[in-house]
Amino acid sequence: MSEFAPPLPETSLARRALARLRYYLPTIVVALVVLLAWELIVRVFNIRQFLLPKPSSILAAFGEQQSILLDKAYNTLRSAVGGFVLGSGLGIGVALVTARWVTLRQAMMPFAIAANSVPIVAFSPILFNWFGPSNPFSWMAIVAVIVFFPVMINTVRGLTLVDPRALELMRSYAADDFKILFALRIPNALPFVFSALRVATVLSMIGAVVADFFGVERATIGKYITQESASFRFQNTWAAILLVSVIGILFYLLVALAERMVMPWHVSIRKPEA
Amino acid sequence: MRVDASTPPIPKSDAQTPAAPVVSIRGVNKIFETGGSESVVAVQDINLEIGANEFVSLIGPSGCGKSTLLRLIADLLTPTSGQLLVNGKPPRQARLGRDYGFVFQAATLYDWRTVSQNVQLPLEIMGYPPARRAARAREMLQLVELEKFGRHYPWQLSGGMQQRVAIARALAFEPPLLLMDEPFGALDEFTRERMNMELLKIWGKTGGTVIFVTHSIAEAVFLSNRVVVMSPRPGRITKVVDIGLPRPRTFETREDPRFFAAVTDVRESLREAYGA
Repeated sequence: MSEFAPPLPETSLARRALARLRYYLPTIVVALVVLLAWELIVRVFNIRQFLLPKPSSILAAFGEQQSILLDKAYNTLRSAVGGFVLGSGLGIGVALVTARWVTLRQAMMPFAIAANSVPIVAFSPILFNWFGPSNPFSWMAIVAVIVFFPVMINTVRGLTLVDPRALELMRSYAADDFKILFALRIPNALPFVFSALRVATVLSMIGAVVADFFGVERATIGKYITQESASFRFQNTWAAILLVSVIGILFYLLVALAERMVMPWHVSIRKPEA
Repeated sequence: MRVDASTPPIPKSDAQTPAAPVVSIRGVNKIFETGGSESVVAVQDINLEIGANEFVSLIGPSGCGKSTLLRLIADLLTPTSGQLLVNGKPPRQARLGRDYGFVFQAATLYDWRTVSQNVQLPLEIMGYPPARRAARAREMLQLVELEKFGRHYPWQLSGGMQQRVAIARALAFEPPLLLMDEPFGALDEFTRERMNMELLKIWGKTGGTVIFVTHSIAEAVFLSNRVVVMSPRPGRITKVVDIGLPRPRTFETREDPRFFAAVTDVRESLREAYGA
């Protein structure tokens, strides 16, 4: 890829920033309107704090609890990222193996799809039992199990849903399976893999928080949410949810950024024709 | 071997002995089993010899098996019966020996590769060293007059340009035989005529044998030394029309009375094939 160069002339940075802003402006406006309406409704109807706190109180709670929250979020994020790497790594690996051996794939896919429909979160107590109730790996294993199936199934699709003419072309070059895998199947699978990984970021945050609920007493966001809710400090619960969402979004964006860098050629990323 | 007055102006000084046909087809049949008890005879009792540096078109209505015949030559399909030799070898040996380049109706460029990287694809598969690959891609892109577009991605090019990249890619490893399956079928008529000229120009420089599948009579006549007319199912060769038009062929060729005569000849053969 060394000779890759941006195919189209770049416009100035300022103009691009402005265009960006214009693109996101409606979203920002909607967010502000919703927050404002929320604040006003809670004030006007005098809704009680433990039912629905005002955005301003949530923000205040966040400021107050910041260091505690960040501390706990770190542990939860670690479970999420660890599980994400583990689960998607295994998913991609298994997909590569099954894509090569058709019979194996045909034998395994129904089970994979069936397993994907099982509420994996329900297995959490079992995983804690297997790997130890205070072993951080238990948390990661729960996340990994949730992430594994969508990544594996999507990767298999990407590796096998190849344009038959592209395969004929390879055949006309007398290319062996190994070369077909690297020159055709893997690049073809990248868009599938990345859309699965993007979904997996969100799934792994959800999985990590749920694992926190099941796990032993530990400085995690999930435990914090249960404790604060039990004590009716719902503004703190909301602050924790806000933080987890922001972290989830950042995680998602990070993977989306990686996607752009890995496949600048893809339809979803193409810049308009000059 | 037939002696043809209209061999290309600059024949390649190749090792092919003029006596040995590049493609030799004897009594070839291809039957597709379409599940159950049904089966379709795609091509029947095909006999054809194509010599070195010939430009031969296969023409016929849709579903006459002309693409099937091309794929049999390319060993992308296997004949049900009969004998087929490419460069004196069974098609499989010829494919493994990289004896031919194939151009599909769709350019079939890989989206994730730049134009230059697409041209280099066969060279990569065949293990050419990187420096030689890049040099060869430049040469090929020059040949199809796209040297300025090496760093573009396929989707940034028009359909005609993409097809030229596909031709450059097929010729990159200098195969002695070029197989083309309706390469310009998706293009508008003006672009197609221009591409026909381009193709003859390229062929004039590279030489070699071309087998060209088309359903355009004018295209077949304009390009070829011989036009092989096929009947609809089961696909059979009903006639082989010699095109005596002088080379180099130019835009004026299309206005030559001899061109019209040849077009009429092919059209009548096609009509007979339909009637059969």
